[in-house]
Amino acid sequence: MPHVVTDNCHLCRFTECVAVCPVECFHADKERTYIDPEVCIDCSACIPACPVRAIYEVIDMPDDQRHWIEINAERARALPVVYAKQEPLPTAAARRAQLGF
Amino acid sequence: MHLMSAMNAIPAIHVAIVGAGPSGFYAAEALLRSGLPVRVDMIERLPTPFGLVRSGVAPDHPKLKQAILVYDRIARTPSFNFFGNVQVGRDVTVAELRATHHAVVFACGAETDRRMGIPGEDLPRSHTATEFVGWFNGHPDYRDRTFDLGQETVAIVGQGNVAADVCRILAKPVDELRSTDIAEHALDALARSRVREIHVIGRRGPVQAKFTTKELRELGEIAGCATLADAADLALNAESETELRDRNNLNGPGNFALFRAFAARKPAVGQRAIRFRFHLSPVTLVGDGQVEKLILTRNRLEGPPFAQVARPTDEPVELDCGLVFRSIGYRGVAIPGLPFDDMLGTVPHTGGRVLDGAATLPGLYVTGWLKRGPTGIIGTNRADSVETVESLLADLSKGCDREKRGAEAVGELLERRGIRVFDYQNWSMLDTAEIARGKPKGKPREKFTRIDEMLAASTGRGNEAGRSFGSALEKTCRAMARS
Repeated sequence: MPHVVTDNCHLCRFTECVAVCPVECFHADKERTYIDPEVCIDCSACIPACPVRAIYEVIDMPDDQRHWIEINAERARALPVVYAKQEPLPTAAARRAQLGF
Repeated sequence: MHLMSAMNAIPAIHVAIVGAGPSGFYAAEALLRSGLPVRVDMIERLPTPFGLVRSGVAPDHPKLKQAILVYDRIARTPSFNFFGNVQVGRDVTVAELRATHHAVVFACGAETDRRMGIPGEDLPRSHTATEFVGWFNGHPDYRDRTFDLGQETVAIVGQGNVAADVCRILAKPVDELRSTDIAEHALDALARSRVREIHVIGRRGPVQAKFTTKELRELGEIAGCATLADAADLALNAESETELRDRNNLNGPGNFALFRAFAARKPAVGQRAIRFRFHLSPVTLVGDGQVEKLILTRNRLEGPPFAQVARPTDEPVELDCGLVFRSIGYRGVAIPGLPFDDMLGTVPHTGGRVLDGAATLPGLYVTGWLKRGPTGIIGTNRADSVETVESLLADLSKGCDREKRGAEAVGELLERRGIRVFDYQNWSMLDTAEIARGKPKGKPREKFTRIDEMLAASTGRGNEAGRSFGSALEKTCRAMARS
């Protein structure tokens, strides 16, 4: 089952996930990334790569994050693929500290 | 861009990539995406590309193999050439590639395996995960191995995802494998298997087991098979408790919860059983001409959290078993003409530049498992290859004034030597043939498992005709330009 980018990506957008995705399934807007569930191959490379643990496999998702499943699918369809790692947002360091990572 | 101005004198940068697995393809991708006029020539010892995605990923994990779609797209770009069935060292040397290309990237992976280093390790019925996985995945190197699946008790030494793959293929009902791309000879052998009990043995404790929780969970869900653990092994020391509570511990907590559940299970009559054993290291394999027993020692754990080490006690443990697989890591193989770190099984490097002692060797690069050791998964190689290519392009921007002939020169050299190059069009034909052979059997493909059969199944010159025409035309144009 596909992987999903949840809350913690907001204000970060590290894109470490993009660097390790073998199939280029990440799409992004200016604020955060989204995984295209049609392309994701469930390899889980992205899960440990994210500095703020924003990514879950559907089976492991906390209930309060489940709304992200549909959002990832919708937003990935509407946005372009991100091929390479990019600079995080200026708010990323503070957000990471606030999340306890 | 520095590289562009340094390159004014030459029309193209020629890079050779040795090895057609994930790390090789991600290096090709990074080069082709650079915006520079790069020509990539990928040289692969087998006729078939894709490395461990074709021959390592288990047949019942077809989704992971979709990574091949990305590699196929890369291979079909015009500035990419595939030279299959060509072995560096045997058919062409590193020195020759340095002469024909501006840079050579080694992406050869880790083809052999770590040894346990114990007496009896080479007895018949003692095998490696590498050969078993290669065998059931139809890798030509392992086509003729045999495994005594008439044995009821099997021991797997190692508790990582490769051990999980070996275990799962032995434990699954064979009918569940019939619709996968597992090699036919393996399916036939597994259909006659009498394996009943599989011991999966780790030298440390349940919290240190290297499985990802996903793979371990999958073992627990195999039809007709009970996964078991001994509650005594689940009593944790303080350091393991600390590891378990750590926020960054990705798999430990999930794994431990699964082992807890396994400890509460009971084996049922007629079911296969997978027994997870902990705190045990192999000491000797014994038997009269073949493996009959595995002698182990019980370990205790010492050291700080996240650096827990297994120390042997004097307590021997015996396991009667007739089939043993060691699954304690793949290992790289030295390439003639390249430095090699024999302890690590890797090519020494700095940022992907090959090192000979303290000096970097100009024009030589390494990526993937040959660079960092056999760690990580398919996608890990992407970031790794990006790093190597960044070093390569930075080096070329400091001076790239020599024109090289790349694919044309290598093609001529190989033709003079009578080497049959298997190009990407040949692979496409083989791919189509494998898919067609699989259809009547309800399989996604039926793999060819012998090199001579692969070469015979894909006759026809593919791009070769186009290339020799192109080079003849170019020769004529250059001759005309000179006169």
